[in-house]
Amino acid sequence: MTTARHETETSRDLQVEVNGVAVACPTGSRMLDAVRLAGFDVPTLCYDERVGPQGSCRTCMVEVEVNGRTETVASCTAFAEQGARVATHSSEIKEYRRTLLELLLSETASPANCPKCNSFGTCEFHQTAEEYGARLDRFPPIPQRTPAKDPNPFIQRDYDYCIACYRCTNVCNEWEQADAITVQGRGQESNIFSFFNNNLLDSPCTFCGQCINTCPTGALTNRKTVGKIQADKIERTKTICPYCGVGCGINLLSQDGELMGAEPDFDSPSRGSLCVKGQFASWEFVKSEERLKYPLIKENGAFRRASWDEALDRVAAQFKDAMASHGPDSVVCWASARVVTEASYLMQKFARVAIGTNNIDNCSRT
Amino acid sequence: MVGKGAMSNSIEELANTDFLFVAGSNTTEAHPVIALRMKRAVRNGATLVVVDPRKIELTRWANRHLQIRLGTDIPLYNAMARVMIEEELYDRDYVENRTEGFQQFARHVEMYTPEYASDICGISPEDIVRTAREFGAAAPKASICYTVGVTEHSCGSHNVQALANLGMMAGLFGRPNAGVNPLRGQNNVQGASDAGAIPTDLPGYQKIESPGVREKFERAWGAKLPKRRGITKITAMDQMLRGKVRAVYVMGENTVVSDPHANHAKKALEAADFLVVQDIFMTDTARLADVVLPAASFAESEGTFANSERRVQRVRPAVPPPGEAQPDVDILLQLFRRMGKPQNSRTAEDAWDEMRRLSPIHAGITYKRLDQEGGLQWPCPNEEHPGSMYLHGDDMESGMPGFFAPVDHIPPAEQPDEQYPLALTTGRRRSTYHTGTQTGRAAGFDLLVPHEFLEINPADASELSIRNGEKVRVTSRRGEVEVHANVTEKSPRGTVFMSFAFPDSTLTNALTSDAYDFITETPEFKACAVRVERIPNIQHAANGKTPSAD
Ligand code: SF4
Ligand code: SF4
Repeated sequence: MTTARHETETSRDLQVEVNGVAVACPTGSRMLDAVRLAGFDVPTLCYDERVGPQGSCRTCMVEVEVNGRTETVASCTAFAEQGARVATHSSEIKEYRRTLLELLLSETASPANCPKCNSFGTCEFHQTAEEYGARLDRFPPIPQRTPAKDPNPFIQRDYDYCIACYRCTNVCNEWEQADAITVQGRGQESNIFSFFNNNLLDSPCTFCGQCINTCPTGALTNRKTVGKIQADKIERTKTICPYCGVGCGINLLSQDGELMGAEPDFDSPSRGSLCVKGQFASWEFVKSEERLKYPLIKENGAFRRASWDEALDRVAAQFKDAMASHGPDSVVCWASARVVTEASYLMQKFARVAIGTNNIDNCSRT
Repeated sequence: MVGKGAMSNSIEELANTDFLFVAGSNTTEAHPVIALRMKRAVRNGATLVVVDPRKIELTRWANRHLQIRLGTDIPLYNAMARVMIEEELYDRDYVENRTEGFQQFARHVEMYTPEYASDICGISPEDIVRTAREFGAAAPKASICYTVGVTEHSCGSHNVQALANLGMMAGLFGRPNAGVNPLRGQNNVQGASDAGAIPTDLPGYQKIESPGVREKFERAWGAKLPKRRGITKITAMDQMLRGKVRAVYVMGENTVVSDPHANHAKKALEAADFLVVQDIFMTDTARLADVVLPAASFAESEGTFANSERRVQRVRPAVPPPGEAQPDVDILLQLFRRMGKPQNSRTAEDAWDEMRRLSPIHAGITYKRLDQEGGLQWPCPNEEHPGSMYLHGDDMESGMPGFFAPVDHIPPAEQPDEQYPLALTTGRRRSTYHTGTQTGRAAGFDLLVPHEFLEINPADASELSIRNGEKVRVTSRRGEVEVHANVTEKSPRGTVFMSFAFPDSTLTNALTSDAYDFITETPEFKACAVRVERIPNIQHAANGKTPSAD
């Protein structure tokens, strides 16, 4: 058996020029990759890199000149071509984008009440609309999609903000592969529907929350957080989910020193994916009233509050006592898979140096 | 070869492999975001073979589900090896140049004909041969993944060795999109082991019993170190009962609930003269303590976690801890002082820097780099090193051999019998976590899994006249619990399943076996014998996901 298998196919590079900047991109790249490689960006309202191009929102259109021909293509679907010259922000393109955005605004509820903007600072759609100076009244409003009446405690569905980009159904069906939501109907009549009766709790939904986080508007939001947090007060702390060994990146959301929620960290290796625990269970336990707040010492079978000084002195005295009367190996220390590595490091050093025993273990066995 | 207990390759690589062999891992429930890469691999055309006694969710994506009898992994893997040898479907080059012990191993698996293995594990000889061929053909672009379904058996380390043998035959080490990958359960179980919180190893898997290693640490720490390896948790608990272990320091672990044979763990901790527990909640273990120290949670602490793929990532405080609670690092530093051993470290970063100077695999990982570059995967020997996507990329060349070790089938220590006719296996569910101290406090999670369930096959249920949703009593030689029955095809005949996330109402680990792997001392959570019976004359509400009324 030979092992000579090709690992990568980046042998041939394509030369592309974007707004005058030359870039070399791997064969098979899309125009969008070339644009981003060159340091530019275009709106991509229906695109989620985890599931590939959908090609429906058309906001990523760019002008491409190749072999003397000029055409307008959706950069998320069109492949990069050798020698292509790309213009991402010509006045025609910008005007085209603005019109698309104005049409979408006319089909959706007022940006002033957008749940995502109000609670989380921005939403991709309204931010883009603002960037392109899209006017609210350019087109007469047309009927909006009806919000789903779905009482689940996790996901709020305000489909009057839905722009029918289908990122949510794509991420659900292609990435999470839960097949919990689908598009029903056509065109402006289309709606996002979940089996069987539009209640997510009765559907195969795993509550991974990935639809929320890919949704570029306020149509899908975290019900636990939305409306309770104010965009101008929100603080984000980049950290790691406290549950399993995948170690997905999360941002903890806090307001006035209080934890309010979590969202995925799209810059981490988990690429914005989370499961139900990271998405919906990673902060409430921290705020629990049942948290231990003071050192406790047991006396006559009951705990009483103690000062740190007293508690630590007691611990040290007891360890010294055991060491003196029964030797250092009569003490054992157990570190934990739940605490930071630095604490485990200090714990094993404590056992070995302060006590003098190798009786150190953690729960990796269990 | 698999001694470091970490994934040889990376999570992302799983999406690019051609053949996925997933053994004893309920990945969609226990590691949902790793499962995304597996599902992606299948979309990309990879073949997925799932080995599990239960019809777990991942089997929906599998090309083949090898539904083995509980605890019969080794005959299956050995028979696959035999087929690959017989049909020359192994990586000769790799085996000759990078491994030892192959000849003896080949002779050993000779007896594991597919028919012989089939009799033990219940998989048809045809499926064994087919799987071996597909695996051999796809290798080395093949990946083996496993978790506690493989390790939490009394023969757990042998199961792991049997998978490593397959991995070596197929040349899966030191190559991209390949590897033998244990998926670690808890968020920082990797980091705890990496940091040397194990009885045999100093930080970075350096052996305490090696004089050179010890000297290095003695010099750095300015202290004489004990020469002999320490005792594991399991041994320690026995020694508590025998009066040899007197004082116990537990940080961040709910031993009483999470350990097998919970009654035994409780008795042991009660027998100790002194118990100090440092945690964020008053757990059942903390309740037994003489002193309880309130700790900061992950959201209130500086530090790092290491994930399953050896990636060290920064943990940052978002809010201050409640009351007088303090980060674990701070508490430990104060205790050092009170023991007369003050430390130079003041912060988590100081402790990390001290560790990386002593642990070559961590040497190049600094907080500054982590802040700028995101996570870094060890081995990362210097600050210019980008970190390692997969293990053994270079040290293969430096001649580190993999050893083939022949292993044989050892049945679970406790077999079903007349009195306890069903096999109980335990595991995780996606929306509950471990002992439930955290998910149990998240609003809405009671709608997803309201309480513990006993998953039982319809045929077994009807024999016992048990209806779906009804409360039943489960009894083992060590204890009994009451639990709602969930009649489902997920469980094969003769095997029932429970998690351990609802210890207050259903203490699953009161049932589990006190047998453990004789090498790693991993408890046999995955198999014990139980009896299930109806609780007479009580009417019970139906279970299930009940949508809330609002
Ligand atoms: S939460 Fe996850 S499973 Fe549920 S609808 Fe959204 S993407 Fe699909
Ligand atoms: S979000 Fe889910 S998969 Fe990711 S680390 Fe947390 S528990 Fe694990």
